[in-house]
Amino acid sequence: MTQAQSRLGLYLLMAPLMLWLLLLIIIPHIGMFLVSISVKTGVRQYVTGFGNYMVFFTEPLYWNTFARTAFMSIAATFLTLLIGFPVAYYIAKLTRGRTKTTLFLMCLIPFWVSELVRTFGWMILLRETGIFSSFLQYIGVHSGPVEFLYNDAAIMIGLVYTSMLFMVVPLVTTLDSLDDSLIEAGYDLGGNGISILREIIIPHAMPGIVSGCIVVFMLSLGNYLTPILLGGKDSLWFTGLIYSQFITRFNWELGSAFGFLLLGLSSTIVWVGLKLSRQSLTDTVGR
Amino acid sequence: MSQNKSATAYDLECQNINKDFDGFKAVDDVSFGVPAGTFFSILGPSGCGKTTLLRMIAGFQEPSSGDLLIKGKSMIGVQPNKRPVSMVFQHLALFPMMDIAANVGFGLRQRGVPREDIAKRVETVLERVGLPGVGSRQINQLSGGQKQRVAIARCMVLEPDVLLLDEPLGALDLKLREHMKIELKKLQSEFGTTFVYITHDQSEALVMSDQIAVMNHGKFEQVGTARELYHTPNTAFVAGFVGEANKYEATVDAAFGDAVTLVTPEGMELKGISPVSKLEKGDKAHVFVRPEAVRLATEADKFGGIENLNTGIVENILFNGANSHIILREEKSGGEMNVAIPQTGEFRDLNKGDKIFIGWEAEQTRCYRAEG
Repeated sequence: MTQAQSRLGLYLLMAPLMLWLLLLIIIPHIGMFLVSISVKTGVRQYVTGFGNYMVFFTEPLYWNTFARTAFMSIAATFLTLLIGFPVAYYIAKLTRGRTKTTLFLMCLIPFWVSELVRTFGWMILLRETGIFSSFLQYIGVHSGPVEFLYNDAAIMIGLVYTSMLFMVVPLVTTLDSLDDSLIEAGYDLGGNGISILREIIIPHAMPGIVSGCIVVFMLSLGNYLTPILLGGKDSLWFTGLIYSQFITRFNWELGSAFGFLLLGLSSTIVWVGLKLSRQSLTDTVGR
Repeated sequence: MSQNKSATAYDLECQNINKDFDGFKAVDDVSFGVPAGTFFSILGPSGCGKTTLLRMIAGFQEPSSGDLLIKGKSMIGVQPNKRPVSMVFQHLALFPMMDIAANVGFGLRQRGVPREDIAKRVETVLERVGLPGVGSRQINQLSGGQKQRVAIARCMVLEPDVLLLDEPLGALDLKLREHMKIELKKLQSEFGTTFVYITHDQSEALVMSDQIAVMNHGKFEQVGTARELYHTPNTAFVAGFVGEANKYEATVDAAFGDAVTLVTPEGMELKGISPVSKLEKGDKAHVFVRPEAVRLATEADKFGGIENLNTGIVENILFNGANSHIILREEKSGGEMNVAIPQTGEFRDLNKGDKIFIGWEAEQTRCYRAEG
């Protein structure tokens, strides 16, 4: 095969990826950016400027929602890690063969139904006339119906539940690759459970922890359905704000600016997270 | 020696140790003592229970019954991180997430030794294993032999009463393995610590150990020095497993005390001794003759009054330098025999098809009763 032919082959193989990147990522973002820097001055009259971004900083509701979304997403990520790590450790290290496969599948099963149905499932449990409320009334803890929905805790439960798999999978993969004899050597040299977790298991699992955290954080930050359904009208989630700018208020310019701010926010937080954990993107998500 | 042979004279003592795995006896009533400062090997084929035994000493598994004493103290129910033993793992289990100093200092950190002391003791022990100044390097920057020494240093810095080694030379290539054998023996005598070494490689055990236990099917077949095991094996298994041997199934033709005459099914007559089992005419026996115990000669009268004298045809020459062998076919019965070639140059020109006299002593023909 000649040089030119092999190069043609390479281009052809790359074409679908390149087209996908260009058509679905790059062009829409350029378009969005152009929309976001057009400030409306009158009917069909626009000037270029950063006015839309200024609106965000001058209106407290906007940046409060923004900060709240970021904070809640970080909290959800940590909570998912806290719950997911023991689960992943149990699956990877303490079970073998069929049990392992079964447990792994059980983590996957909730994802066979759509996110909407899953979230409605939580609503059935948590609403005023739901199972928890009825149970509390039945055993006599509470006299009237209790509303568990439409608060931050409900949003948190939904976010953690939706993200769990994306934390457990990378953790199981990295923990699986940890040689059992390293843990045994740790005990043999006088280590206890805590020091082995801190000095051996967590450093080994760090790429998986970071990769799981990045995915869960991105999913939480960009989640629309769960915060709106479980948090109700007052959920104040930034994606909800973007939605209302585009759909309810037809203010595409401000919506686009919000979109870019969200992109900037997620990139910044992921970058800070990588720096703090001394990991690189290629070591974690790129594996 | 005789008066202080109390329980405390041993660094490690096992008393009737058993280990059952769902009805399968992995370790079957094993008792032994390892005197302080010696190199003790447990030699056996894979699946003989030696790893289970070692893991019980380290504390990763509990014996089903029996007692395990280290320096006279029972270790039953003591967690592995509280036992005064350290283990060098089969694949060394060095922590890849730490540099070498952190690896070696791990155990001291767990004990709460002050930071400056750790640094000092780590550097000292690294010097003793011949790796001064490597502390800041990463594990993957070391060669196989260096990793081996770091793994030993990581254990020795804790000054354990007993160091357990689980076939640590298995992953090395042949040349390095030969080198590390000598190195390990040297380190053991320098540190003066009791080493318990398990291996399936007889040459590792023979070269390094003061005492060797040969293990098979969960039981100790024989415990002794390398020479004892090689020259006076007590069981057919030890005779076949330690060193090389020509093995024959034969029927006893005549027996006078220790001395027996046997005949193989092919009709080869063998004169041997039966040191352990009392054999009678008609008994079936396993007969072992070491290739290096058989002498070669071009004329029959060179042997004098040797008990076993035969003629053989050279069938094959397995040239391997100092360790060369010939495969002979005995002329009368057609029985096969593996004979080591003496390295005196006398038989350098031996060729396929040559006829040669072979002779060996009855003393070197060890017979054991065949079971069943």
